[in-house]
Amino acid sequence: MALDQSFVGRTYPPTPAYEVGREKIREFAEAIGDVNPAYVDQEAAKELGHPDVIAPPTFVFAITFKAAGAVIEDPQLGLDYSRVVHGDQKFAYTRPVRAGDRLSVTSTIEAIKSLAGNDILDIRGEVHDESGEHVVTAWTKLVSRAPEGA
Amino acid sequence: MTAKIAYDEVEVGTELPAQTFPVTRATLVRYAGASGDFNPIHWNEKFAVEVGLPDVIAHGMFTMAEAIRVVTDWAGDPAAVVEYGVRFTKPVVVPNDEVGALIEVSAKVAAGGRGERPPAFPLA
Repeated sequence: MALDQSFVGRTYPPTPAYEVGREKIREFAEAIGDVNPAYVDQEAAKELGHPDVIAPPTFVFAITFKAAGAVIEDPQLGLDYSRVVHGDQKFAYTRPVRAGDRLSVTSTIEAIKSLAGNDILDIRGEVHDESGEHVVTAWTKLVSRAPEGA
Repeated sequence: MTAKIAYDEVEVGTELPAQTFPVTRATLVRYAGASGDFNPIHWNEKFAVEVGLPDVIAHGMFTMAEAIRVVTDWAGDPAAVVEYGVRFTKPVVVPNDEVGALIEVSAKVAAGGRGERPPAFPLA
């Protein structure tokens, strides 16, 4: 079933702050097998000019995707999440995410399209720190595949 | 910011060192825990097949995390990445054996470098 176009442009309230922990960054870096010193060693991060360890570029997705849950699970929108696949993903950084950040995400539905029975949803997540400064924007394209035989 | 590569040392066509990243079921379980993405298509074969996939598939975001390492390892400071986008066109199928799958990443400079203004998308 095609999604309601009137949801385009809808913005959801900012999420409660997510506090970025050093050990969470380490855990993520180890999980992707990338223990770049900037991710796990405070001194190495400082030598690069960062106040604390920084997170790998894709780390922030865990936060923006959780925020996008407000959109995905919005009963009024009616997206069938069991048929959703990830289409595109993009990030634009003002600065890297780093340990100690308290990040809040504001999600907006940028576009809704229907193509050959597939629902295509574009969500933009604006990530700000505690002082209200922009850190990164994440664009996520989700495709809800048409049911078989539809 | 200290990076290994200076902007003016780079030319269009410069190849970045290619890398290969192995991924097994254990890798996916670990990534699920670290990322908080517990979608069963990434660890439960029965579920994956039921929703029409050939087998368990890797998280797209895992592949995205590996692909940028070719750039961050080359640049030195991961903060050199100001913009990064991908399109997921085909799933990485991960069989339940010791070998799993291999993600091969190669890259070269498509624009920018010596004498040019920094572009929005320097790599292809």
